[in-house]
Amino acid sequence: MSHHIVEVKNLRHVYPDGGAALQNVSFRITHGESVAIIGANGAGKSTLLLHLNGALLATDGEVRIGDLPLTKKTLPAIRRTVGMVFQDPDDQLFMPTVHDDVAFGPLNLGLTGPEVEQRVHDALERVGVEHLRNKAPYNLSGGEKKRVAIATVLAMSPDILVMDEPTSGLDPFARRQLMGLLREFRHTKIFTSHDLDMVLDLCERTIVLHEGGIMADGPTLELFRDEELLSRCRLEKPLSLQGCPVCGSPARTS
Amino acid sequence: MGSIDGALLDFKRMERLAAGETALHRLDPRAKLLATFVFIGIVISFDNYAVTALTPFFIFPVVMATLGGLPPRYLIRKIALLSPFALVVGLFNPLFDREVLLQLGGIGITGGWLSFASIALRALLTISSALILVGVTGFTPLCRALEQLGTPRLFVVQLLFLYRYLFILTDEGIRLSRARGLRSFGGRGLGIGSFAPLVGHLLLRTWSRAERIHGAMLARGFSGEFHPSRECRFGAKELLFLGGWSALFVILRLYNLPQLLGTLVTGIQP
Repeated sequence: MSHHIVEVKNLRHVYPDGGAALQNVSFRITHGESVAIIGANGAGKSTLLLHLNGALLATDGEVRIGDLPLTKKTLPAIRRTVGMVFQDPDDQLFMPTVHDDVAFGPLNLGLTGPEVEQRVHDALERVGVEHLRNKAPYNLSGGEKKRVAIATVLAMSPDILVMDEPTSGLDPFARRQLMGLLREFRHTKIFTSHDLDMVLDLCERTIVLHEGGIMADGPTLELFRDEELLSRCRLEKPLSLQGCPVCGSPARTS
Repeated sequence: MGSIDGALLDFKRMERLAAGETALHRLDPRAKLLATFVFIGIVISFDNYAVTALTPFFIFPVVMATLGGLPPRYLIRKIALLSPFALVVGLFNPLFDREVLLQLGGIGITGGWLSFASIALRALLTISSALILVGVTGFTPLCRALEQLGTPRLFVVQLLFLYRYLFILTDEGIRLSRARGLRSFGGRGLGIGSFAPLVGHLLLRTWSRAERIHGAMLARGFSGEFHPSRECRFGAKELLFLGGWSALFVILRLYNLPQLLGTLVTGIQP
């Protein structure tokens, strides 16, 4: 299933104001991988994500999704393949009801009537918010919004799921629930996050960005043990890898 | 700034009402839109001094609001908010038109007052029917109905976006003015001088948010077209609804019902 592959080659992005956000970024993510992109504020994480479904176009270099290079011509096909969940669910939910919002994507794909209903039902049930279908998005709690935002993307049955800061702004319980949900997905998954404990739980591979370039790319646990690397990139070991400050019990090792 | 907050909540309440599940809500939006058009057209076609002939027309908003389950208090508040604009139009009529047209128990009523009353009635009728139309249909389905009836899609999409942006704009506005209010400690802050950057800031914020939303729409395959999620069909029910109301309006336009009733009861020909 080659269309689950994400390949970025020598990507460079310069914003219109002249600031270089990304330079010489290259990686290849294969089918079923779960990859985290981490880095300090302003390291270029969000900019990189926006390239993966063509919301931004590369200044130099190439992005390939499956067999297709990302160009204006292939955009519709690529947007069908790559489902993007934005950081702020308020940006993603713009229709009057949850149902309409989830149906928006499938309708744009040209589906009709019962097929759309089926997709909406499946997507909402998958994230456990079927009971909210007739509510207005602005009346939901943060965790519910996040789930609906994920449902809007799932309804288009993408092969690759891209999420910007999936756990930001959630309470601990909602965060746990969401992590459980994400773990079940069999898609190729790409997250950005500052929640390194989540990254450790969900992603076997991590790419560390620093000032627009890739600092490291490898197995998550290995990178998180490299304190020198983390502090150079303004990061810290996740809490679960630090010893307990109260009882002094040792950190987890695997 | 409680008033912006309140106005926004009111809007959202309208949306919620429009998502109701009564038989009236399920009717094809086109039927409701056309019936309201006919209603408004006929109401404004009366001559300047028509007052009694207009009163029976209240049956339309009253029946529609009842069938649609719209709370009367909410509607009255909204109508009260909008009517002053219409009333200003007729404000000077009593001053200019002083010819006495009617004797009511020894008091002479001038043409100016009659036409003022007529304008007020018409304002009430048209505003309430338009509000109720939105309340039992919803803004998005209405836009769709406009498109199906032949309005160019460009206009319809503009309207839809206008409506969406309205929510975004007020949301951002509330946050900005709250931030300003919290740091001006009940005083006037920096006065009028701080408003120019505030408004500029609001525009930029709204702009970037709108861009993000547009991005989210594109990411889900938006190509400039809104698709109906509730299938609608212009069937026998719709035809009956539109035909029935239109016939009633035409009859009420041709015959002055209150006058006929009066004649019937008192036996006095006008």
